[in-house]
Amino acid sequence: MPVSVENSRIVYNGLKRSGVKIVSALPETWLVHLINMAEEDPDTTLVRLTREEEAIGISAGAHLAGVRSALLMQNHGFLAAINPIVSLAFLYKIPLLMLISYRGHMGERDPWQTQGGRFTEPVLKALDIPYDHLTNPMDVERQISEAQTLAESSLTPVALLLSRQLMWEA
Amino acid sequence: MQRIEALRILYPDIENDIVVTIMGAVAAELYSLGHRKNFFYLQHAMGLASSMGLGLALSKPDKRVIVMDGDGSLLMNLGALSTIAWYAPKNLIHVVFDNQSLLSVGGFPTATAAGSDLAGIAQKSGYHEAATVRSVEDFTRAWRAARERLELSMIVAKVEAAGPKSFLMDLPLLENRFQFQRWLKEG
Repeated sequence: MPVSVENSRIVYNGLKRSGVKIVSALPETWLVHLINMAEEDPDTTLVRLTREEEAIGISAGAHLAGVRSALLMQNHGFLAAINPIVSLAFLYKIPLLMLISYRGHMGERDPWQTQGGRFTEPVLKALDIPYDHLTNPMDVERQISEAQTLAESSLTPVALLLSRQLMWEA
Repeated sequence: MQRIEALRILYPDIENDIVVTIMGAVAAELYSLGHRKNFFYLQHAMGLASSMGLGLALSKPDKRVIVMDGDGSLLMNLGALSTIAWYAPKNLIHVVFDNQSLLSVGGFPTATAAGSDLAGIAQKSGYHEAATVRSVEDFTRAWRAARERLELSMIVAKVEAAGPKSFLMDLPLLENRFQFQRWLKEG
């Protein structure tokens, strides 16, 4: 599988250095190594979801209890979680660190992924969620740390888009 | 059984517990018994009180977490039962007030009116214990047993489809949120 183990490790280490203790996830190809890393790490609690909406509730509970968490989701999962983002995270000023695999964009071969790719950024913009693209492994740790900082200082959701460039080995 | 009767049974026992309720009658009636800083009323995001309870239970394993859910809310996020059962936090008690209707939005029936068995679904999902009760006596017994058990438990309390005269609570939701967070930090 040409998903980059090396870059997945860099992303995972970035989450660890940002103090993330709970990772919630629904599997998707690009996230496979990240999910395995969370599972194998005795200091991290991996919560396997049935649907991404749950993750907003889990992270809200964790935040109020003083525990940092991160959400691993595909962009279609992000689209599935819009209502809780609005009516829990925005309404109650809950910070979220969302790592979203940006499927369906340039280079996508799976036809079924292509519609989500069209709407990911327009929806993030419509919701006024600050977001950044993770593309260069050199910048990843700092970007994760800065996203975490902004989420907590602004008490709002932030998103980091996991790019093909970073996650997929050509 | 009326919801408020069951709430009166719980109320003295949950002084030091982390309590998350859904919106509507459950929140208003618990609040009417006397607000405490350890009560969080999720005033929207229907269905997510249980997921919040999971996040809280995993983050505070030494504290008891009580989720006060409803049939309509639980049915909106039924998958959460499998997720909660998978991690099975021993410190979580999931109370479901099942009035078989969406009371605050016109009283339309939910699927439990047609026979959906929430305790059955929870049990088969992997909850350690899930009971359906219809009287105050049975509720009291199930509640005491759940507290002593210290395993992931659900109590489905079949209650009348009647709510308080007013849903008004003199507690802005952000005040509730920050007060609850501070209590968690200090408590």
